[in-house]
Amino acid sequence: MVNHIDLSSVLKRSVCALYSNLVTRPTGAAVRTEIELQLGQLGPQALTIIDFSHVGALDFSCADEIVAKLLLSSIANPERQDVYFVFRGMTDSHLDAIETVLERHGLALVYDRGADGVRLFGDIDPAGREAWEAVFNSGGGPADEIAATVGISCEEASALLEDLRRRRLLMRTEAGYVAVRPVS
Amino acid sequence: MTTLINVPPTLDDKTFEQVLDQLAPLPADEKIIVDARHTRWASPYGLTALLTLAQSRPDRPGFYPPESETTGSYWARTDFYKHAEELYDFHGKAQRSPPHRESDVLLEITPIVQSADVHNVVERIQQKAQEILMGKLNLDSSSTMRFTMALSEACQNIIEHAGCGGWVAVQTYKWQQRLNGRRVVVIAVCDAGVGFRQSLESSPARRLRDRWNDAIALEDAVLNGVSRFPDKGRGQGFAGMRKFVSHWDGKLSVRSGTARIVASVPDWDPDETARAEGLSPFPGAQLQITIPQRVA
Repeated sequence: MVNHIDLSSVLKRSVCALYSNLVTRPTGAAVRTEIELQLGQLGPQALTIIDFSHVGALDFSCADEIVAKLLLSSIANPERQDVYFVFRGMTDSHLDAIETVLERHGLALVYDRGADGVRLFGDIDPAGREAWEAVFNSGGGPADEIAATVGISCEEASALLEDLRRRRLLMRTEAGYVAVRPVS
Repeated sequence: MTTLINVPPTLDDKTFEQVLDQLAPLPADEKIIVDARHTRWASPYGLTALLTLAQSRPDRPGFYPPESETTGSYWARTDFYKHAEELYDFHGKAQRSPPHRESDVLLEITPIVQSADVHNVVERIQQKAQEILMGKLNLDSSSTMRFTMALSEACQNIIEHAGCGGWVAVQTYKWQQRLNGRRVVVIAVCDAGVGFRQSLESSPARRLRDRWNDAIALEDAVLNGVSRFPDKGRGQGFAGMRKFVSHWDGKLSVRSGTARIVASVPDWDPDETARAEGLSPFPGAQLQITIPQRVA
């Protein structure tokens, strides 16, 4: 199931209809709570698009409360091991705040840049990024195929892919690993 | 007995120390009158610090407003008198009518008590900030949102750490003493709360050290991202402010207790020091961000 969340609408609905900026920690917590309520109604398997397109400013406190804590709680919650996120609509100033909080927590996310493609953003090492891109570009597959594409051992590929899956950047299916990506 | 505290002719973050030096030898309950009759100009830091000073006294101080009509008009435009009347007993008549011209006040002195106040400040300032940052300081369009972000984080420090309300003000002006008269935009955030040292001491996870004072507490919070909260996500606000300030060749200074630090000393302010200790004590925290006009 694919769910689309417009953060600006969530802000106006959950905090104040007049606000256009995601600032302050209580606001971030209120927005995250609203998102988690929606996630709770989706069931155990879902892809959620988090859309920043209509958000004005985003400060570090809000980025931490919304982006970092949402990812952290999903990773930590075994009932959400098949809940995935794609983020879109971020400006450079949004990315400043988000990058800082992701690095602080050792997190990464799937970033849909529209016409500029999809990439990982945040705390991701070159080997992890290469493995993810191999899965993304190939459309997915088992660890041995990805290992051959990247040119690493099967054991090394399995460890990398499993770590990416744990971080909700890849899905694991019967056919192997599939990259989290926007679905139109 | 009542002691007269003289406000210097030019009141900013540096000269405010002269005010504190006069207060330092006095008993906390000494009755004071703050005399600004000969003050000709005040930065947003100076004005918010004067309000903070009044909050820090157990007895309501007296206040002589500036005699200069121009100065008084400008102070009225910043809403200084509106708030000062709640905190000081006024002696003499203040010039209350704001000047009828385009103002350099981006944000009047605004109390910050709760998160909604930060939201309101951010919502109010954006359009005018864009006009000033792009139109007068020659910064690019991305600066507006980053400026807003820094302002938000600076204000949130009051709510998260002060234990009481504080003040924020934003102005732009031509800085004659520095930068060859280039324009600057200045954010000042002041409170009379517990200060960084006491805030960090309240953390159960605080590491005990041989040396511990206001300067070390400031370094921990401002430069190293240490917070009193155990949450790993806390303490990122100052990193963000430093990044913004550094990108635009600005200056971030923070004073708390008896110490003051400057996150990175810019080339345009060679008299500035990265760290000052043993200053006259003042409760709470006082923060200033200065962003200069960009030249080609």
